[in-house]
Amino acid sequence: MAPRIGVYICHCGVNIAATVDVERVTRFAQGLPSVAIARDYTYMCSDPGQALIKEDIKEFGLTKVVVASCSPMMHEPTFRGTIQEAGLNPYCLEMANIREQCSWVHEEEEEATPKAIQLVAAAVGKALLLEPLEERRADVTPTALVIGGGIAGMQASLDIAKAGFQVYLVEKEPRLGGHLAQLDKTFPTLESVAPLLAEEIKEVEGHPNIDLLTSTEVVGLEGYIGNFKVICRAADVTRELKVGTIVVATGYDLFDARLKPEYGYGVYGKVITGLEFERLASSSGSRIWVKGKEPQDVVFIQCVGSRDKSVGQEYCSRICCMYSAKQALLVKEMLPQARVTVLYMDVRAYGKGFEEFYDQVRAKGVIYRRGNPSEIYRKGERLVIRAEDTLLGEAVQLEADLVVLATGITPRRDSPKIANLLKLPRSPDGFFMEAHPKLRPVDTVTRGIYLAGCCQGPKDIADTVAQAKAAAASAMIPLCQGQVKVEAVTSIIDEELCSGCGICAEICVYDALSLHERKGVMTINEVLCKGCGACAAACPSKAIELSHFTPAQILAQVDALV
Amino acid sequence: MEGQNLAQAYSLFECIQCGRCTGGCPMSLKTRFNIRRLIYEALVDEDMDLQSKEVLWDCTTCATCTLRCPKGLDPTDIVIGMRSILVDGGRIPPTIRDALKSLAIRGNPLTMAREERADWAEGLGVKEISEGAKVLYFVGCSPSYDPRVQKVAKALVQAFKKADVDFGILGNEEVCCGSEARRVGETGLFEMLREMNLETLGQYPMELMVTISPHCYNTFQNEYQGLDFKVQHYTQFVAGLIEEGKLPLSKEVERVVTYQDPCFLGKQNKIFEEPRKILESIPGLELRELDRSRERSLCCEGGGGRMWAEGTNPEERLAHTRVQEAMDLGAEVLATACPFCLLTLEDAAKTVAGEDGLQVMDIMELVVEAL
Amino acid sequence: MQASLDIADAGFLVYLVEREPSIGGHMAQLDKTFPTLDCSSCILTPRMVDVARHSNIQLFSYAEVVGVDGGIGHFKARVKQKPRYVDVDRCTGCGLCVEACRLKGRISSEFDVGVSKRGAIYIPFPQAVPLKATIDPQRCLFITRGVCGKVPACEEACAAEAIDFQQEEEMIEVEVGTIIVATGFDLFDARLKPELGYGLYPNVITGLQFERLSSASGPTRGKITLNGQEPKKVVFIQCVGSRDKSVGVEYCSRVCCMYTAKQAHLVKEKIPDAEVTVLYIDVRAFGKGFEEFYDRVRGEGVIYRRGNASEIYKERGRLIVRAEDTLLGEPLQLEADLVVLATGAAPPGNAQDLATLLRLSPSPDGFFQEAHPKLRPVETEREGVYLAGCCQGPKDIPDAVAQAKAAASSAIITLRNCMEVS
Repeated sequence: MAPRIGVYICHCGVNIAATVDVERVTRFAQGLPSVAIARDYTYMCSDPGQALIKEDIKEFGLTKVVVASCSPMMHEPTFRGTIQEAGLNPYCLEMANIREQCSWVHEEEEEATPKAIQLVAAAVGKALLLEPLEERRADVTPTALVIGGGIAGMQASLDIAKAGFQVYLVEKEPRLGGHLAQLDKTFPTLESVAPLLAEEIKEVEGHPNIDLLTSTEVVGLEGYIGNFKVICRAADVTRELKVGTIVVATGYDLFDARLKPEYGYGVYGKVITGLEFERLASSSGSRIWVKGKEPQDVVFIQCVGSRDKSVGQEYCSRICCMYSAKQALLVKEMLPQARVTVLYMDVRAYGKGFEEFYDQVRAKGVIYRRGNPSEIYRKGERLVIRAEDTLLGEAVQLEADLVVLATGITPRRDSPKIANLLKLPRSPDGFFMEAHPKLRPVDTVTRGIYLAGCCQGPKDIADTVAQAKAAAASAMIPLCQGQVKVEAVTSIIDEELCSGCGICAEICVYDALSLHERKGVMTINEVLCKGCGACAAACPSKAIELSHFTPAQILAQVDALV
Repeated sequence: MEGQNLAQAYSLFECIQCGRCTGGCPMSLKTRFNIRRLIYEALVDEDMDLQSKEVLWDCTTCATCTLRCPKGLDPTDIVIGMRSILVDGGRIPPTIRDALKSLAIRGNPLTMAREERADWAEGLGVKEISEGAKVLYFVGCSPSYDPRVQKVAKALVQAFKKADVDFGILGNEEVCCGSEARRVGETGLFEMLREMNLETLGQYPMELMVTISPHCYNTFQNEYQGLDFKVQHYTQFVAGLIEEGKLPLSKEVERVVTYQDPCFLGKQNKIFEEPRKILESIPGLELRELDRSRERSLCCEGGGGRMWAEGTNPEERLAHTRVQEAMDLGAEVLATACPFCLLTLEDAAKTVAGEDGLQVMDIMELVVEAL
Repeated sequence: MQASLDIADAGFLVYLVEREPSIGGHMAQLDKTFPTLDCSSCILTPRMVDVARHSNIQLFSYAEVVGVDGGIGHFKARVKQKPRYVDVDRCTGCGLCVEACRLKGRISSEFDVGVSKRGAIYIPFPQAVPLKATIDPQRCLFITRGVCGKVPACEEACAAEAIDFQQEEEMIEVEVGTIIVATGFDLFDARLKPELGYGLYPNVITGLQFERLSSASGPTRGKITLNGQEPKKVVFIQCVGSRDKSVGVEYCSRVCCMYTAKQAHLVKEKIPDAEVTVLYIDVRAFGKGFEEFYDRVRGEGVIYRRGNASEIYKERGRLIVRAEDTLLGEPLQLEADLVVLATGAAPPGNAQDLATLLRLSPSPDGFFQEAHPKLRPVETEREGVYLAGCCQGPKDIPDAVAQAKAAASSAIITLRNCMEVS
């Protein structure tokens, strides 16, 4: 049957129409052979726009659809769904990006319109050769793996377990709790952490659906969403777990304050980190002693290893302003006569109850001085902090008996190893990267693997818990559905041409290619294959084609363009 | 040392140094007075030499800073607190010292005789409150003694009589309300004056006290406790009279008038509408609004003891700016409802606009023209 | 939307009730989002479409929940479907009625925050879901006065015969196992700070109004102009109605530092020779990519001056912003052609009613109270009722999405434990 193509030119409001003469492009499209109908419309992605396509499919018996609009990243799934609803195979759609690749990068109509016409021509050329592809489904193992037993991992595990699924919670250390176990009290409520944590741990340990594996590490991962094979090691014992989805909740490390030698950390015993303060506060009951004496002047220094290009840490660690405020308040309560100063650049008290807490801290008599210190030196028994008070516009030298450095949160030192193992990309700041920074904060680019907690970026307990639950939601959905869609666009091997050289397998980052021992040719695991096409490009015998991007289809586009 | 005490007493720790106070302070436009910085220095500078801060006398206590502070501090009060430290140390500008002495001895800051306080009312048939009346007409120091402001005092009498108000004055028993004494940091003197007034007032049963000056109003309303009568500024009272139809304004007063919101009336006590209602009731009068009106009204530099001292940078007067603004608006009259505004603005008008230029008048003076 | 999608994907039926004629909320009004500068509607509309098409989501738009009884696992909710006076089955969203309305251009548009005007029959924005017309019953001439010319103009224009003045309010009862409250936020009314001249000076606008000006599909097609004039001196003022006891709002609104940085960047992008100043107290660039974005914006020439603006007045026709530069220790009088007030987030206007309806308590800051501020951020004291998004407290898009998913997780758990999987 001769292909009948419908072409739809989107105005995208004025995003396209202001620069591209959409009517001219439509007329051009209508004139192409095999194009049964060409239309333009303000917003193709809107309900009426999609309705146009569906009606035309019925009325004109369209077999292929071309939509010239924004990037396929935006709406390819949308339009695939549209044509599917009208009875066409979703892969009979081709998109021409006349927005990001045309109207948004050209200013003159005379430049943009011919280019849009060419792009449409190329899309139509390819559409003629499109083949329907089968959307396969795979069964999902109704189990989840949570890597990391801190608050994020525990919360995620609890949610998935309560939803009725089995969860393996793997924790490297012998105990649960992560860094939270090291904290004394939390902001802004000043509750003691220990009882809260103990309750949570008890729940985790007691839940019948949670299989707790402490002192265990993940050392290998294979498979794909719904069917992951995870290899764990505890001491010398290796074990294989079959899971459907994975939540990564590996937590964080702290900035090593020795990387800022000008603060004397590691040299002066009276310079400690925020975490060390927590230990001091929680173990000492209600008093703080430094070298046998109660400190008279306690100074907190913010932004140590954060917002600092000089140590390669550009980002903000998000929680230090609040934890320092909390610690300063604790000092003032324990030592009412002490002078407590916080040296800051900006006070980031952004969350619920934070500003009010900051007000409370100041009302207790903690002094906030604006200025990030430059160095600390010793004068006799005391320390002297050199800074500028930027509100006075004067250099100051503050004496202190105890200095607490608000060290920043960093990705775990072993995160490159974890990233490699799980094939997780990392953001520029070194934390694991989410699939989309605004709308997909817990998903990763790998389907089936989700992020929870500080491994994705610094955050406080409340945000961690929320994100852990979010990851749990994402992780439990495939488990609830029982089946997952498998990528239809995959590579196909022509066994006659294949010599089994294995170059493609070396190139494939998804481990989707392997040598068929008996046949001596390569085979593709269609479920692992992501359709990137690297193998097709690498094959010296041209034995591999990427469906939906076959050489014939691509050459048709090139022909149309030139 | 002083800084520490101040920090405790006034919760200076709570300040986040946002700068909204200095940013809105009328005096920061023309002097080095920087209240934010003073607060910060008191908090962090152990060696702060408060005694040397002459700029403290620049503050007019207009309270814009207090009004705007997002963290609930009262910088006006902090200035007063700092001033009292200076006062204790004997470091007051000589003219302020003289005014305070006069207050203590004669019950008014103008070095006028106590016995002459009620002279302005001679021949007007005004009774004393001791004879019994519903309304106490609290005149105040400037309206009693200053010839320019006496006109306002008399105008109000005219209106009261026309409206048949049962009012009386304290006569020579009247003593300064103490507002400015408090504002220059002489807390002791203020408390003394307050005690005297409470005693005097306690003797006479009355339903309502009406004041001419917003400063008196503010102090009686907010800084005196235990009054068993209501306090009103005259604009509130007169607006009420007009609304009740007791004060018919029939004569046309064809003037283009603009209105200066006095800081102590508007910003501090939120009395914005009543003065306008009065002006709008005057037939023939066209009321134009200054851009900087209501809560953004530009202070005339009369409050906070500034009637007694020039402050630093006396050449640039905010009153001049104000007069110019009124002239730019095309106004013939700059009306106000405060004796200090009246005096400072009229002074400025004479300089800027000349004798035949912009007129500065109290609202009551316009009202009696319409009676 | 996010919460609905997750629960629906997990296999449960979701009733999504939205008060406005379209879903999308405030995010639909934004131009670009920080820190990635994604076009907001571009990333939002696919979600909106997903919601509309999901077989497990039943959307009640232009409807309100007016009563809830029962408890976890067996709530009965009464939904009031407000009449659009348009038959949604016939309406194609073509917009002819909107063009024809006799009151076109007379009524302040809520979506454009007053920057443009609409008629009595309107479609809130071009990508609205559902894309149907709605008639404002308080302004429509025919509804309020019984007469609109010889024939109501919309009726005449409508080719699909979709106008239906006989439509009435409908009450629908639904039985549900869990409830998620995601009612969003309102913005601080800048008129409560009269010293900033909002409402008095047309060149003093709010952050949301700026978004509408900047938006390519907005009333000025993305040009930052006021009365046809392009500003050359733009001043952004932070913390308007946040961190401010003088107007009874103590909390921080969390997103304004970043949205202002973004807007400052947009001004610089669209008007390269403009002088752009941001007046701040603390720059709260705390999230992923935020500090880097703040660095970038400063690198583009936006000047950050530390000092909260005290007042705005006019001098010889120009706006003057008075503040103190606390780092210089000197008072400022900044001339401005355009002042943008970073107004804070406030609990939605009907929060009190909803709270009463659902028997929920508010936090001291007026937003809904979660069960535990650290460990239970989406649960409420009422079992089976969860919170998502800004109704619990101001937050940006990624945090709102994460929290919505968290609420969905709680809801899914409840549903799996209490009900048959549908």
